[in-house]
Amino acid sequence: MWNWEFAAEALPILLRGFVNTLIATVVGTVIAAILGLILAVAIRGLPRWINWLVRLLVAFIRNTPLVVQLLFVYYAFADIPGLVNVPALVIGFIVIGIHYSTYMSESYRAGIDSVPPGQFEAATALSLPPVRTFTAIVLPQALRATIPSLGNYAVAMFKDTPFLFAISVVELVTAAKEFGGSTFAYTEAFTLAGIIFLVASYPTSLLIQRLDRRLATY
Amino acid sequence: MPPTENTPDTPSSSATPSGPNTSASATPAIEFKDVEKSFGPTTVLKNLNFTVAPGERVTLIGPSGSGKTTILRLVMTLEELTGGYIFVDGEPLTFEERDGKRVELPKKRTREMTTRIGMVFQQFNLFPNMTVLENIIEAPVHVLGTSKDEAVKEAKALLAKVGLSDKADAHPTRLSGGQQQRVAIARALAMSPEILLLDEVTSALDPELVGDVLGVLRDIAETTDITMLLVTHEMQFARDVSHRVMMFDGGQVLEEGPPDQIFNNPSHERTKSFLSSVL
Ligand SMILES: Nc1ncnc2c1ncn2[C@@H]1O[C@H](COP(=O)(O)OP(=O)(O)O)[C@@H](O)[C@H]1O
Ligand SMILES: [Mg+2]
Repeated sequence: MWNWEFAAEALPILLRGFVNTLIATVVGTVIAAILGLILAVAIRGLPRWINWLVRLLVAFIRNTPLVVQLLFVYYAFADIPGLVNVPALVIGFIVIGIHYSTYMSESYRAGIDSVPPGQFEAATALSLPPVRTFTAIVLPQALRATIPSLGNYAVAMFKDTPFLFAISVVELVTAAKEFGGSTFAYTEAFTLAGIIFLVASYPTSLLIQRLDRRLATY
Repeated sequence: MPPTENTPDTPSSSATPSGPNTSASATPAIEFKDVEKSFGPTTVLKNLNFTVAPGERVTLIGPSGSGKTTILRLVMTLEELTGGYIFVDGEPLTFEERDGKRVELPKKRTREMTTRIGMVFQQFNLFPNMTVLENIIEAPVHVLGTSKDEAVKEAKALLAKVGLSDKADAHPTRLSGGQQQRVAIARALAMSPEILLLDEVTSALDPELVGDVLGVLRDIAETTDITMLLVTHEMQFARDVSHRVMMFDGGQVLEEGPPDQIFNNPSHERTKSFLSSVL
């Protein structure tokens, strides 16, 4: 049976866990968005063997589960003397950020490829240097095609944060589980956790859709 | 008058352009020296030699695939020159001869050279993420180092010249093709080029919009001494503005001369049949 007292008791605890969820998502998204762009751009200009190495790494990251990567880095860090004390949350958003950067780089690449050749030719005809061509012409146009999919990855990342439990970060779902463990009010705890996820991610999805439509017209 | 040309402003046919500086001593604005261009195994241009004098307006005509676009794109450094040399004002553009070897110039040097050259494309190629005004001031500010205020002032004067003063803050996608092309012309002129390359700039336009664009180009031809190398199917326009017409076939100059001679009295059968196919 649903118990409102337990629900009221659970809420602040869950929200504290949710703060970690948000931090991991927001910082992870920033890392993924920046690293993804670097990957997408750098991969074009790198010497062949580094390029090959980066591709291999990208394929590796994409084809192994996020949990495994979290655990691997968590325990690897624990073995490195200077890094033992890095908080699990920090390891969490770095690993999630790197993981998702491999997906976001693909979106950026597709976005850059979607810029018509005529735009590059006009830039050459105006003698614009490559960096200016990229920042003023290519990137703004590529982002229009890229931002919605970056947003979708951010939402996906948000929903992947419960994996942080594996490295003992108390985010929303772990907080709910712990609350349920001590009170047996699992129903209240997980229902509320679900609602919090929904309340946070649904408006975000709507926002992305709106953005998508806005970007579709100049 | 050919049916394709419907300019409201067509000047009298006596508008023979004033002569450019074709004296032998003047350094050519453009010189092709033993130019060769191949795309992979296909050679498009071979041993091509010609010069364009400062202030001269030259129209390239010839059947589709004869290499006209390739020539313009080579001058704009949009294609890699696979053999020979191109000089602008006597200075090498992309390759030079050093100690008997053909060496590529640094990209930065080539970019300095191309600031003297502007190009208008068939498909306009305006930057859709910028307003009309931003399109025009982009290169003056970021390539020539013009102050933003100055660049805006010049851009507005150019917009007035092409009849689009009210569109400064519009985005290009909101404009008609003819308006976009006039913005593209203003954008090219904003760099004060010595040389303007025009590749079928009215071919993508609805017939009723062609006249405005040609009107702007006539105005530039009459009021500036910009060297022009153009490809067009608007034969009346070519006749009115060019000093010289070059007929290309298979990447070679088949014949060349003043427009009257080429259009009225072509010496080659192929020129005749080409002209009758477009007129
Ligand atoms: N990027 C390219 N790759 C391969 N062949 C090309 C390319 N661009 C042009 N060509 C070929 O070069 C020849 C000349 O083309 P082009 O200069 O466009 O002719 P024109 O402008 O006179 O119609 C054509 O046979 C065309 O197929
Ligand atoms: Mg062509």
